[in-house]
Amino acid sequence: MKVLMKGNEALAEAAIRAGCHHFFGYPITPQTELAAYMSKRMPKVGGTYLQAESEIAAINMVLGASAAGIRAMTSSSSPGISLKGEGISYMAGSDLPAVIINVQRGGPGLGGIQPSQADYWQATKATGHGDFQILVFAPSTVQEMVDLISHAFDTADKYRMPAMILADGMLGQMMEPVELPEEGSAQLPEKPWAASGHGGKRAHNIINSLYLTPEKLEELVKERFARYEKVKANEQMAEEYLTEDADIVLVAYGASSRVARSAVNKAREKGIKAGLVRPITLWPFPTQALQRAASHAKNFLVVEMSMGQMVDDVKLAIDCKVPVHFYGRTGGMIPTPAEVLEQIGKAN
Amino acid sequence: MKNLNILFAGFGGQGVLFAGKVVAYAALIANKQLSWLPSYGPEMRGGTANCSVCVSDEAIGSPLVTNPNVFVAMNLPSFDKFINAVEPGGVVIVDSSLIDKKVERDDVTVYYVPSTALADENGVNGLSNMILIGKLFKEVCMADGDYKFCDGDILDQAVQKCIPARKAQMLDFNRKAIQIGQDQ
Repeated sequence: MKVLMKGNEALAEAAIRAGCHHFFGYPITPQTELAAYMSKRMPKVGGTYLQAESEIAAINMVLGASAAGIRAMTSSSSPGISLKGEGISYMAGSDLPAVIINVQRGGPGLGGIQPSQADYWQATKATGHGDFQILVFAPSTVQEMVDLISHAFDTADKYRMPAMILADGMLGQMMEPVELPEEGSAQLPEKPWAASGHGGKRAHNIINSLYLTPEKLEELVKERFARYEKVKANEQMAEEYLTEDADIVLVAYGASSRVARSAVNKAREKGIKAGLVRPITLWPFPTQALQRAASHAKNFLVVEMSMGQMVDDVKLAIDCKVPVHFYGRTGGMIPTPAEVLEQIGKAN
Repeated sequence: MKNLNILFAGFGGQGVLFAGKVVAYAALIANKQLSWLPSYGPEMRGGTANCSVCVSDEAIGSPLVTNPNVFVAMNLPSFDKFINAVEPGGVVIVDSSLIDKKVERDDVTVYYVPSTALADENGVNGLSNMILIGKLFKEVCMADGDYKFCDGDILDQAVQKCIPARKAQMLDFNRKAIQIGQDQ
């Protein structure tokens, strides 16, 4: 049965149903409903909801919970995610899985509280210091938020790395019909590496990100990057919409992909062969889908709610085979289908 | 049905988001695709509030309604801001007790409902929004035409869904307000 839920609430309920019974957060608009929902629901499922004293504390609680082998999550919005960057880097350096949700708002600084996609670079390139990547998933509907949460937990566990759901204020605040997975349906993997207490029955596990011997640290980072190659080969996700015969291919994710889809439909009504590639994973970036589209399209148009942070990744993915144009709004402004349609006309 | 893009706009505290929720639940019960998007500010009450609701047979693209085909205007600043954005051929429902202007366009259908005054006079204070909902469903969502997607039974189920159990005593007031709107 479908129910009507806000994106933020759906993320929370889906996380609980994915077996995440430990949530640590700190309030910030526009993600607060998520933490509020967790605070009501967690006690009912025997879980832990804890409002930490800061975002930094919250992410380090996630680190601790994950080190003990349990599914844990935190959520925030842009300025709060910057604060979590240190902890995320430590988790990557300790090979710890977890899910971090960013319901993006306009930046930089305190910025604004309206929807934005200006944290793309942060999410995909530099969530924190050091050589590492995290998985980044970009849902575009409330249903997809639900579906991607359990996938994010599973994939994070599989590769022992943090995963981020990169949403935005629009997706967090909007309501759509959703179908939730059954309660208790989550399959949790064994974690033999966890520091979970064992009563002296095995050698103890060490979770650590400090390696003072450069040879050892280099070896570990290289091992991690070999794993990232597997992620890139196996975990790319994208939706290809009306791309088979498209002359102009729009590339957009999350909220802006919904605007782009409306614009593509309007362009088709006018006889313009437009299509859309919608990255669902932002890291790994869906190069395969983009290359397929670039084999026949004449132009690409990237649409974002930022100053154009994904454009370079699109150019690299398709080796600059076709011109890549850009249209974006920022600071909390949302592009309209009419604006994007006008850009399609210009670029096509 | 044709894609229905409704914009409700007024002050925070007028039940703008609640009105949108009634349409959203009606669409859910009628098995339609839908989206409900509030415009949010830092304040809960007193600021401007608006709510975009899309109902369609197909997947909803942008959930933000910038050019509504139905506009429910609940205060003057919102009326001034959005009246020219309504799509030609669209419908405008105006709370004429708070908005003393007339629509100067002749390419839209306008219904003037003094909903705030009607609510006060009929003992359903604060339910001006539901009077407007009554009118909206009568003229658009349940009326034979492009945007028909439900009937009175579904509307009543939607209202029941929107009223939490702890406020069950409000159900009959809401039903009364809707009836007043439908009688207009």
